[in-house]
Amino acid sequence: MAERYSSFNSGGRMWLLQRVTAAFLLIVLAFHFFLLHFVHHADEVTLAASSARMEQLSYYSLMVLFLVTATFHGVNGVYNALINQGLTGTKRTVVKWTLVAASVVLLFQGIRTANAWAGGFPLL
Amino acid sequence: MSQSYNRGLIEDFSRWREFQAGMWAWIFHKFTGWVLIGYLFTHIAVLSTAIPAADGATMLFQGSETDVFTGTIVSLEGLLLVRILEVGLLAVAVFHMLNGTRLLLVDLGVGLEAQDKSFYASLILTGAITVASIPTFIAGAF
Repeated sequence: MAERYSSFNSGGRMWLLQRVTAAFLLIVLAFHFFLLHFVHHADEVTLAASSARMEQLSYYSLMVLFLVTATFHGVNGVYNALINQGLTGTKRTVVKWTLVAASVVLLFQGIRTANAWAGGFPLL
Repeated sequence: MSQSYNRGLIEDFSRWREFQAGMWAWIFHKFTGWVLIGYLFTHIAVLSTAIPAADGATMLFQGSETDVFTGTIVSLEGLLLVRILEVGLLAVAVFHMLNGTRLLLVDLGVGLEAQDKSFYASLILTGAITVASIPTFIAGAF
């Protein structure tokens, strides 16, 4: 049997979530790049156009889910890369909670921004 | 039996001449991952200018009062350096996505015997997509 060569312990919940979010991000990141660079060009961005997109519940939900999955995938990837380089003990605990705190800040600020565009949660 | 490896500090990077395709794929995937998570924090910070903009904050941009979100984004996009960095970001994202697909397939038991060839294919496709996207990414910067 071929030997595994991965940063993650196979079979765990985080291992699975990393891969599920990867599959989701493959599609949504491609959509994001295509929409905001090829359909609309980046230098044509306006507050009104961004707001018009975010006021649609489907787009708002997709972008918030995009933010949540990208944050998890990125931060979990960094955490596992550091463990792979030999991070253990107290340092590992400190790094873990620092990354959790950074994720919370990122999500909070990202959702605040989405709500600013949408003028609040789109259903309300 | 499955097994994970402790590579030390990237398996002694001084031995890079001995690295094979799989090791380069691993290094590039880590590097592009670090760039992308760093960019995500920067991206949200810049987009956060929408918060004061929605409350009516404006800035002087090209001689007229513009909301701070539009003014900030269009000012940044007017810099050639930013456009070049965006092309770099595209290259980094495309490689991470293609190599990530390769990793997902290997995890599903597909293509392990051709993992070196699929790494080279990821590199070539990344180069092709990046080069083909340059006109779109640079348009209007001059």
